[in-house]
Amino acid sequence: MAEGHSAVVTPMSGGASGENYLTTGKGPLSWLFTLDHKRISVMYMVCILGSFLLGGVFALLIRTELWSPGATIMTADTYNKMFTLHGAVMIFLFIIPGIPAALGNFVLPLMLGAKDVALPRLNLLSFWCWLAGATVCLVSIVVGAVDTGWTFYTPYSTTTSTAVVSMTLGAFILGFSSIFTGLNFIVTIHTMRPEGMTWFKMPLFLWSLYSTAIIQVLATPVLGITLLLLIAERTLGVGIFDPALGGDPVLYQHFFWFYSHPAVYIMILPAMGIISELVSVFSGKRIFGYRMIAWCSIAIAVLSFLVWGHHLFTSGQSGLLNMIFSALTFTVAIPSAVKVFSWLATMYKGAISLAAPMLYVLSFLFLFAIGGLTGLFLGSLSTDIHLHDTYFVVAHFHYVMFGGTVIAFLGGIHYWWPKMFGRMYSEFWARISAALIFVGFNLTFFTQFVMGSHGMPRRYYNYLEVFKPYHQASTVGSYILGVAFMIMAYYLLHSLVRGEKAPENPWGGATLEWATASPPIATNFEHEMVGLDPYDIDSLRFDRETGNYVRKDPGSIFSKRTGDE
Amino acid sequence: MILTGLFEMMTRLARAPEDGGATFWMPTQSSTIAGEVDWLFNLILGISVFFFVLIVVVMLVFVVKYRRREGWETAPASPSHNTLLEVVWTGIPVAIVVVIFFFGFKSYLNISTPPANSYQIQVSGQKWNWDFTYPNGYVDQNLHVPADRPVELLMTSIDVIHSLYIPAFRVKMDVVPGRYSKAWFEATMPGEYNIFCAEYCGTGHSDMSAMVIVHPSGEFGPWLEKASNFLLTMTPVEGGRKLYEIRGCQQCHSVDGGARTGPTLFKLFGKDESLTDGSIVTVDENYIRESLLEPNAKVVAGFEAVMPTYQGRLKDDEIGALIAYIKSLDGKAALIEEPGSDRKTEEE
Repeated sequence: MAEGHSAVVTPMSGGASGENYLTTGKGPLSWLFTLDHKRISVMYMVCILGSFLLGGVFALLIRTELWSPGATIMTADTYNKMFTLHGAVMIFLFIIPGIPAALGNFVLPLMLGAKDVALPRLNLLSFWCWLAGATVCLVSIVVGAVDTGWTFYTPYSTTTSTAVVSMTLGAFILGFSSIFTGLNFIVTIHTMRPEGMTWFKMPLFLWSLYSTAIIQVLATPVLGITLLLLIAERTLGVGIFDPALGGDPVLYQHFFWFYSHPAVYIMILPAMGIISELVSVFSGKRIFGYRMIAWCSIAIAVLSFLVWGHHLFTSGQSGLLNMIFSALTFTVAIPSAVKVFSWLATMYKGAISLAAPMLYVLSFLFLFAIGGLTGLFLGSLSTDIHLHDTYFVVAHFHYVMFGGTVIAFLGGIHYWWPKMFGRMYSEFWARISAALIFVGFNLTFFTQFVMGSHGMPRRYYNYLEVFKPYHQASTVGSYILGVAFMIMAYYLLHSLVRGEKAPENPWGGATLEWATASPPIATNFEHEMVGLDPYDIDSLRFDRETGNYVRKDPGSIFSKRTGDE
Repeated sequence: MILTGLFEMMTRLARAPEDGGATFWMPTQSSTIAGEVDWLFNLILGISVFFFVLIVVVMLVFVVKYRRREGWETAPASPSHNTLLEVVWTGIPVAIVVVIFFFGFKSYLNISTPPANSYQIQVSGQKWNWDFTYPNGYVDQNLHVPADRPVELLMTSIDVIHSLYIPAFRVKMDVVPGRYSKAWFEATMPGEYNIFCAEYCGTGHSDMSAMVIVHPSGEFGPWLEKASNFLLTMTPVEGGRKLYEIRGCQQCHSVDGGARTGPTLFKLFGKDESLTDGSIVTVDENYIRESLLEPNAKVVAGFEAVMPTYQGRLKDDEIGALIAYIKSLDGKAALIEEPGSDRKTEEE
């Protein structure tokens, strides 16, 4: 079995009993009330991927409706609900919790050589909050859904007859889930780093989760308060945003984007963290410019709080504010560019493997470059006036959110899958699906840049005949994406049953999660670990017979303190 | 200063070709600022293409040149950082974004500062049509403007936030209830251009469109004169029909018996309507007048109270003409056709 097999390779791995975290404890209650970060992570992963499927179905329905101008398969009101639900589900249920809660939860304690996060009960509470929030959102969809767009702009959202209160209440509860995860990660990274792991010896994925957590803890409460004010206005008639009640609708936009722009970085920062890990491992080489990348994560987190006003360039806010926000917006471009250059430099003189996770890294570099560079058009004031609220913006943020975050998330899933479930997936089908996603994605969204710069506004049910070819190409692209994801679902699920047993360290990562069994035992490690250099790939040797990377000096990662006991 | 000079030179070079033709990326350039905006767009596009190609080519070269080979699973040690290199690749992007910011802000100042001699038109957005009010009080559903003269739009909304967007002019500005926002442009080529609503506003958002009709110099004044006096030159029924067409009624009320957001006007006059509170009202002149000025006082059962008020927006003779028109829709007229239907089909 996997455990016995790896026990031959390295003496310190696997439980002697053959137990792992998946088999320790049986029955649904042992999952629902678990305090094990790995089980919470797996539950998060199942729920989050379920939400991704739901949001994806909404996306395909939207693209099908847009096959022709006017009615194709649904009415205008249904369409308006569809794009609102696509946005709300993808953002609040999938992409914000995505990497931190599903992958971060699993990997963070392992990378620290720790038994769990610092606050395991808070971790479980975070998951329950997610479940509660998601349930409220789903109920609101069933009882009538919302048609406001995921942004809930006032005064439309305070006057429409749809289920705005329950949807915003759902988002409010989901906010707590996000805050708890962030808080937990901050505390864990501060208090549980192992002997020898100074701040600048942390894996970069942890730096990115740490920066993300800062935003989660500081920005999410603002969204909570904003949504409560919105609910108060709708249910109690308190005039805050609605001019008919003496309020200011643009104030809502400031509040909303004060959270929701930093939230963009909640989505992209952990994705960058994954890329930093993967590019080093699959280049067989130390990451280039470690300190710069770490500082860039922190810089992005700080700057992300100062740029929300670029969503309001056409709102009528003063020219002075527009100038300040435009200038600040450009500053965020710099750390992102530096990271891209550092990843490229990591590949220089490497030993580059093209295994599935690396295909996602290459895909990420290609797509994120486009997503980032098209941000320049939108940060610049006069070009933004033309492009604001058009498909150009839709394409831009999909290149960043999907081409960046989702692609990195997929890379991360393929990278840590053997560790999480102890099985290898079909490399052949993984490559096919990665290639199809790349092609389908570009067909879907590149066409939208061209439509947008020609003046096609977003959130349009009906459109001019001239835009039809672009829309149809985009729809075809979305179907290719749908097929690619079905293939992925199939080979990943198949691997759980039929997949080859995974060795401890199939890729050659030097971070600590690869120094325990695949899948890990419930308590993660049998020994107390020390934090060595996370990118010292030279300390590993590839063992051809087992397909495993082993440490040249196996004892080096154990703390001498436990050794004496 | 050098930047400013370069900017002006490039702007002149980038002015639209005489036919103002559309390019792969951009629609026709039909306003004075369109050339400036497109010039910056093309500058950023050039920079982006350069960096994108650089990144992708470097990536592909490395993938091929340094691909993993048997027995070479880890790479030999190479430098883990290089301060000079890192300073350079931080410094170059900084310089580039400073330049982009400068030009973006400079042309934004032009976009957002109307010249002092601008011709002012008031714009009012409502679900889901536009009203354009001229200095003499005339209201039209389309925006008629003279060519080669700066036009300033003073805009507000009756209900939710809308956004007036004219792609051919590169102009966009939100239209917010409870305050005024301003936009301006100077059209350079006579013709017709699309106006879209760019801020999501509900069911009819994507149909909240209108046209800008740019009249050649000298033809705008006579057009306005003629358009403004239509009630004097038409019968009340014809005038009412035109008001129905241009003042937003037809967005929600059909004249052929079909259901829209509001009740049909076909065979409406003299009918007994059930209201949402259960009472019944006979449609007469006073009910129509009240429904225009206080539309949500007596709402017909089965419909939402969503009609905006026309208090202060319709004059007495206009209300009289609308009543005359509604009276004429009694099903006895030989031909019942939808006014303005040609424009709709043209757009689709």
